[in-house]
Amino acid sequence: MTIDHRLPAEYEELRRTVEQFAHDVIAPKIGEFYEHHEFPYEIVREMGRMGLFGLPFPEEYGGMGGDYFALCLALEELARVDSSVAITLEAGVSLGAMPIFRFGTEEQKREWLPRLCSGELLGAFGLTEPDCGSDAGGTRTTARLDEATNEWVINGTKCFITNSGTDITGLVTVTAVTGRSADGRPEISSIIVPSGTQGFTVAAPYSKVGWNASDTRELSFADCRVPAANLLGEISRGYAQFLRILDEGRIAISALATGLAQGCVDESVSYAKTRQAFGRPIGANQAIQFKLADMEMRTHTARLAWRDAASRLLHGEPFKKEAALAKLYSSEIAVTNAREATQIHGGYGFMNEYPVARFWRDSKILEIGEGTSEVQRMLIARELGLTA
Amino acid sequence: MSLRIVVAVKYVPDATGDRHFAEDLTTDRDAVDGLLSELDEYAVEQALQIAEEADDAEITVLTVGPEDAKDALRKALSMGADQAVHVEDDALHGTDALGTSLVLAKAIEHTGYDLVVCGMASTDGTMGVLPAMLAERLGVPQVTLLSEVKVEDGKVTGRRDGDAASEQLEAQLPAVVSVTDQSGEARYPSFKGIMAAKKKKVESLDLSDLGIEEDEVGLAGAWTKVDSAAERPARTAGTIVTDEGEGGKQLAAFLAEQKFI
Repeated sequence: MTIDHRLPAEYEELRRTVEQFAHDVIAPKIGEFYEHHEFPYEIVREMGRMGLFGLPFPEEYGGMGGDYFALCLALEELARVDSSVAITLEAGVSLGAMPIFRFGTEEQKREWLPRLCSGELLGAFGLTEPDCGSDAGGTRTTARLDEATNEWVINGTKCFITNSGTDITGLVTVTAVTGRSADGRPEISSIIVPSGTQGFTVAAPYSKVGWNASDTRELSFADCRVPAANLLGEISRGYAQFLRILDEGRIAISALATGLAQGCVDESVSYAKTRQAFGRPIGANQAIQFKLADMEMRTHTARLAWRDAASRLLHGEPFKKEAALAKLYSSEIAVTNAREATQIHGGYGFMNEYPVARFWRDSKILEIGEGTSEVQRMLIARELGLTA
Repeated sequence: MSLRIVVAVKYVPDATGDRHFAEDLTTDRDAVDGLLSELDEYAVEQALQIAEEADDAEITVLTVGPEDAKDALRKALSMGADQAVHVEDDALHGTDALGTSLVLAKAIEHTGYDLVVCGMASTDGTMGVLPAMLAERLGVPQVTLLSEVKVEDGKVTGRRDGDAASEQLEAQLPAVVSVTDQSGEARYPSFKGIMAAKKKKVESLDLSDLGIEEDEVGLAGAWTKVDSAAERPARTAGTIVTDEGEGGKQLAAFLAEQKFI
């Protein structure tokens, strides 16, 4: 029996390929997109061309025949250089395409997955609402089946939806209340709404603190009608579906956060070696060395955490707690590393043209999206058998 | 019949690494990571595009080099080449360009070919002479330094861009071509390509398989000899031109002095 934490050769090759791509294609251009709050279509097209959007899906649907671990490796390497493109991939795959792959009918898979896998189209997942985020059971958006026309009629508002308003957005999977159980609790279902459907309005992009080269919008549905066949999976199973999607998504966000933390180490080490103060590089000072050692330690630990959760997922073992641990830890250390990296860079760290300034702005959302740090602690406590 | 394309590639020390010579003045391969020469990635890309256009084509990627050179072959296979040939022999250590062209030519004949595609030069030796040597050894036409290449009706055509003019060239197959870094960005391997590459055939050959005597290659058989090598001197401070109304003229004078204009 062998115990080996190292990556198999082909995963290492994928990691290196994405590392090279991020260095050659993303790094030189992303600052400009970020500064102007523009969606980097040309970079996303290249990501599609190299198959990143199809990573965890089987070849029969246009995928790369990889798995969730491979996706997370790619996310970490992208986020080392930039989080906007990483979250575009994360949301496109994990929230856009994955629900269709996991819960969709054969027909829905054949219709959507090949174009989502190639990056020709982006998918989005509309869960969060203005009055309900972590408490997803409080969904207010409704979908009523009009039996006369055999259509869902959707009404409501969704907010903070990634990838929902780009020129290449193909669909949004929306969660909506489709009925009430005997005890009066809302029953939630997921429904596919293609972009451009009448009654489905996408608002202008938000002005965000970070992730400025990614697309995030508010969506509204006013008597928006889609065919009954657009129901994703079974009726009233929406709640269970998105819990599964969010559990997986946490591992992806954890990999992304680890990438950001690593990017902070990369930039800071190279800056500390070259920046001179008082006649020597600042990296010769123990105060800086210890900061960097701690940053490296945190990043390494975060990486082990997401890889552990991802490997459990791959082996079909329970991974809820490990995903929450990984997401909680890596997002918090991403914020810490970004703060320290900015500090090491001094005044330059406050200038938008320096990657670490971008990292600092992009880090905070990691403690909020896909379940806040508080929600992760709640989940972990529950897994420890503690109840409110 | 299928179009047989052979792409000759080189495994080189990473140009971004700190490269040195070994004591016998050959490349010190242990000191720095190696990779598929970036200029050869363009050759692989053009071969893939030619194969995609053709009804039926098969790409063999070929290298001469030590055990680690398999990494370069694997990269090309991940990008989409069909199979690989690796010529490896201890006696090859220190082989010069002439010797390498002999080994490549024998291996290409062994594999069978209609078209040989090369990069414009390696990123380590940067001699750029191999395509011409190969064509000579194989006795076929050479169409070198192309920034655009196409195969149609048993002919290879392409455009060579010079400083003053662009030439449109054509040769009957079989032929040897080399492509420049202007021929189009090379694709990144996909995960599917990386996984598929594991199952592709890599044929290993040594000198005896190719009927080459040891004294025709290696340091002893080399026609060129490196007498000495010195580290490049550290970069000097440079010249600062302060603009006091005549800055532009001073800059122009500096560039003229350096023969840039």
